[in-house]
Amino acid sequence: MPAVATLLVALLVAWLFVNFVKGPAYFVNIGFIGLTNGALYALVALGYTLVYGILELINFAHGDVFMLGGLFAATMLLSVFHLKAGASTLALVAAILGSLVVAMAACGTLNAVIERVAYRPLRGAPRVAPLITAIGMSFILEDVAIGWKGPGYTAVPSLLPTGRVFSVAGITYTWEKLIVAVITAPVLLLLVWFVKQTRQGKAMRATAQDRDAAAMMGIDVNRTISFTFMLAGALAGTGGLVYALYFGQIRYDTGYQIGLIAFTAAVLGGIGNLPGAVLGALLIGFIQAFNEGLLWHAPGSDWTESIVFSILILILVFRPEGLLGERTPEGA
Amino acid sequence: MRRRLRAAISAVWWDILGRLGLSHDRWTALPRTARRAVKAAIWTGISLLLVAFLGVWQWSALAIAAVVLVLVVPRYGGVTIRGRKVGRYIIPAGVLAIAITYPFYAYDANGVSPGLPQLPIFGTFPLMSTMVNMGIFSMMALGLNFVVGYAGLLDLGYVAFFAIGSYMAGWLASSQFSQVNLRFGGVGVIQGLTGIHISVWLVLIAAGIVTALAGVIIGLPTLRLRGDYLAIVTLGFGEILPIVARNGDSLGGFNLTNGTGGITPIDPPGFGNWFHHHLGLPANYGALGTTFDRDYFWTVLVLVLLTIFCSARLRDSRLGRAWIAIREDEVAAAAMGIPLMRTKTWAYATGAFFGGVAGAYYASYNGSSNPDEFYFQISVFILVMVILGGMGNIWGVILGACFLTYLNSEGLNNIGAWLNGHFGPGGSDFQVWHTPLDVPLYNFGIYGVILVVVMLLRPEGLIPSRRRAAEFHEGVHDQPLYDTAV
Repeated sequence: MPAVATLLVALLVAWLFVNFVKGPAYFVNIGFIGLTNGALYALVALGYTLVYGILELINFAHGDVFMLGGLFAATMLLSVFHLKAGASTLALVAAILGSLVVAMAACGTLNAVIERVAYRPLRGAPRVAPLITAIGMSFILEDVAIGWKGPGYTAVPSLLPTGRVFSVAGITYTWEKLIVAVITAPVLLLLVWFVKQTRQGKAMRATAQDRDAAAMMGIDVNRTISFTFMLAGALAGTGGLVYALYFGQIRYDTGYQIGLIAFTAAVLGGIGNLPGAVLGALLIGFIQAFNEGLLWHAPGSDWTESIVFSILILILVFRPEGLLGERTPEGA
Repeated sequence: MRRRLRAAISAVWWDILGRLGLSHDRWTALPRTARRAVKAAIWTGISLLLVAFLGVWQWSALAIAAVVLVLVVPRYGGVTIRGRKVGRYIIPAGVLAIAITYPFYAYDANGVSPGLPQLPIFGTFPLMSTMVNMGIFSMMALGLNFVVGYAGLLDLGYVAFFAIGSYMAGWLASSQFSQVNLRFGGVGVIQGLTGIHISVWLVLIAAGIVTALAGVIIGLPTLRLRGDYLAIVTLGFGEILPIVARNGDSLGGFNLTNGTGGITPIDPPGFGNWFHHHLGLPANYGALGTTFDRDYFWTVLVLVLLTIFCSARLRDSRLGRAWIAIREDEVAAAAMGIPLMRTKTWAYATGAFFGGVAGAYYASYNGSSNPDEFYFQISVFILVMVILGGMGNIWGVILGACFLTYLNSEGLNNIGAWLNGHFGPGGSDFQVWHTPLDVPLYNFGIYGVILVVVMLLRPEGLIPSRRRAAEFHEGVHDQPLYDTAV
């Protein structure tokens, strides 16, 4: 098996190398797209990983919380702040920050409510029971979105400036991509600091390790789990805002697609592992961008989902602990 | 929560009755038959009141009430004839009789009504096309029940097997591969048409076998995974297959699936001329005219009966008991010498077999296999049937399948029309909302609510299998064994 894996990776590297040689500047530009997508996926993937780490539950509804976050953000930007294309920088920054706060708060609350209603009563039940309610919640949230915005796309006009930050030898980096990174990176750093350094983060890690022992040490487990869901929801809200701004359209089933991609990213990096989720998300972002963008023997966007799901299956079957995870006594 | 709710309701109930002089003690002192009779009378009264209140008062409503009363209320389990326990067959036989005769008094494809009443809220009785779909989805739900209900493995990609079966029919009974010319009992094929045209009956079997093999191929590497990981992997397969079908019009230049257009037309089933002349069986279902749905319905009824037979026999077999043992405690089952991988793979293959047969029949009924029919929602739709009806219980699963298929094809539409007529714009009762509500648009949200509510309040489903209910309420040893790979 390792031989096959090595061969596959070697082929992949060779394919990338040929593409790079054929058009270095183009290759790097595609890479920037991958980086931006990856940053967005990281926000959603972290939500999966946080919840999985603490409850060992695949929160199937997470992608739909993300989608609702995008709709919240779009509503805030367009209907509350009345932002239009070409607004002044100050207005843009203020509106984005305001929408960010609202989307984070709304999605955090929503996620915590979902946990309280649909997952907490099933904590002693067989493992698949909360997974089934999670799927149910996912469908409910999608229909909430349909009822709210209708089944069509909610369009957000391109608010972000699309000018160049720099352009060297055919390599261009545009403002919109930079803004995505500028919103995403601090949130990720803040999260890592929070989980590693604060008292609440310590409680989260303790609960993830052993719920009973944590309870005996005086940690309010229910509150910690609720808090984790809020945190994951806030991340999804951020992701929703970034998605709405960057891609400019969002609808009820966006969350399902992005959610599965992000879940794959979390699994790829090692589910339950925060840096792993970011790494996996960046990798998936690159894979997607290269697959859809490269010109020499790329399968093309028709096959992106197949490739992502194949990665998911291969990782789960052959290395369920992911790239950065450690093999626990339980196996996965 | 449910127990507390029940206790509260029961306390209030007995408090009211106690004030009227009928305390709980007196009630339990009555003989059992008397209590059953009183309960039956009360329920009949309530349902008749509802019927009257909702404006439907016809002899046929009474007839339905009588059927319900005769079939549902008494306990037939203990009835014996010469020492044989025939009681448990009474209700299934009654339901079967109603089902077989249904085409004669039901609405047909033209919407002609030979005298069935309008039901309150739900409107008209199901059309024949809905009945055929009920049969097909019952088969699929029973197939999924092997995996989810018996073996306790959550499968979120069951639609993949449905798709494989459907495309098997597309490949073996249509003109898709026009470069070859093979005929073996296909009916209704115009002279000179190329392609593979094999009799649909053989295609059903072939589809089942190929799908079962696909189940083994998918199952072998994945079945050692833990429950929720297995669910996600199956979901992945369920997502990949439709994409392959959608993009499969030029796989290395070869047109395998005809892409988004799907494969069409697919040959209808039929027995051919010899059987038609000698046994009176329909020669070609496609040439039956307006009543063709009837023959499709009776055929699917036979298929469902076969599936039920296999389900019941397999459940009680050595293999079936091994499945249930694995579901209840994987470690203990392994310690008792049950080969985990082989047993699970058998569950997968068996479930896949019936999914494949149902898929092939579905394709033959619709005359096409189209990639847009196989998306994740269908997997969940079938899962909701199994969970709502009662995991592991054949009758429950069939009830869930029929009810949800009905809701999806017609029920939600009718309920929506009723709601809009009463509470919508210009409603007959009072106006609650101002634009007509599109209820079928929210079908999957409604199934989501069903999933959540059932899992929270009654995880064993409407008609539970006693064993499964005990597992949900007592909890099971749910930590699976690792490194049990072949």
